[in-house]
Amino acid sequence: MGQAFDRRDFLKLAGLGGAVFASGLAGCAGMAASEQDEFYFVQLSDSHWGFKGPALNPDAAGTLPKAVSAVNALKERPDFIVFTGDLTHTTEDPKERRRRLAEFKEIVSKLEVKTVRFLPGEHDASLDRGEAWKEFFGPSNYSFDHKGVHFVALDNVSDPAARIGEAQLGWLKADLARLDPAAPIVVLAHRPLFDLMPQWDWTTRDGKAAIDILMPYRNVTVFYGHIHQENHHMTAHIAHHSAKSLIFPLPAPGSQPKRVPIPWDAAHPYQGLGFRGIEAETRKPAYGLVEFPVKA
Amino acid sequence: MKRRSFVALAALGALFWNASRAQERVVRIVAKKFEFNPSEITLKKGEPVVLELTSEDVTMGFAASDFNVDVEIPPGKVTSVRLTPDKEGSFGFVCDVFCGDGHEDMGGRILVVAS
Repeated sequence: MGQAFDRRDFLKLAGLGGAVFASGLAGCAGMAASEQDEFYFVQLSDSHWGFKGPALNPDAAGTLPKAVSAVNALKERPDFIVFTGDLTHTTEDPKERRRRLAEFKEIVSKLEVKTVRFLPGEHDASLDRGEAWKEFFGPSNYSFDHKGVHFVALDNVSDPAARIGEAQLGWLKADLARLDPAAPIVVLAHRPLFDLMPQWDWTTRDGKAAIDILMPYRNVTVFYGHIHQENHHMTAHIAHHSAKSLIFPLPAPGSQPKRVPIPWDAAHPYQGLGFRGIEAETRKPAYGLVEFPVKA
Repeated sequence: MKRRSFVALAALGALFWNASRAQERVVRIVAKKFEFNPSEITLKKGEPVVLELTSEDVTMGFAASDFNVDVEIPPGKVTSVRLTPDKEGSFGFVCDVFCGDGHEDMGGRILVVAS
């Protein structure tokens, strides 16, 4: 398979990975698209490097390297990779925090993809307002364009109270102002921007303000982490997709009284863990999602 | 309205206001890494209460979204929240200000029983 990447190739790839979820893809099957109209990127999330808890993941130090190997083994090389936060597990010791961030960075440097983008999670950034994280990865909110899609990374974790904050909301508004209302926009964040499950702290305190800014744009899709499982939700026309974790899964929102992690199942190791491939068709725009497992 | 009548009415109003406040039950909850004490409180449906929240170490959060309560609790002061439960049942509350390893386990329940 060459660099050309059409829907048939993607579905073939999906067949190797798992279930495909189509976001806004109605009527898309069989649609011909040129190379320029589509590209492919990978989302990894919530690796919690430094976490120790054999009952939840006896291979905590091995799961992230396995995911890196799995991405490198993908049949098709993604254009780029995004990590949507909680790269490391929290620690109150600033030296240990930096040690974990350095180790994480070293491990993911083995990814054979030139461009890797990072976002912080509350475990990385909330105890020092992102100070250490920024030393390693630079600004925690930014935007970039790729083949006609405008990507915006929002930091909703450096404030421990899970606020995006007025300054960043102002930046978001200014960043989007130059775009056509029909422009394809992908937002990357750690926490859900909408009230997925406030009882479990699965929300962003001022997420609605960000959604209000995004609402006039007709083609907006959000990819986030934090909840250690797939979840697909619409706020009006804006699609929100959460990613699986690379450390332990969490229960479905509201499925049990407490948000306690799902224990490791020795009969099904790495169950519930994984990463995601996203095929973007910029002309529609539409996104095809495929979930890849982590394997022993 | 004559000034004397106005003053009398104002005094009466203040009396009722004080009386209603005096009837409010006070429930004190202390937060510290990574627990609330008590972690379970029982309230009566329709009975107004004042939650007096304090933190013993860092700024904590207290979010009871079923009752639209979401406040931060800075250490060194009492954060008061008025609440009149309008439904019976068991409702969770959590700390929603990230406070460290154990934050995710920091929560409790509000049991609301019939008055």
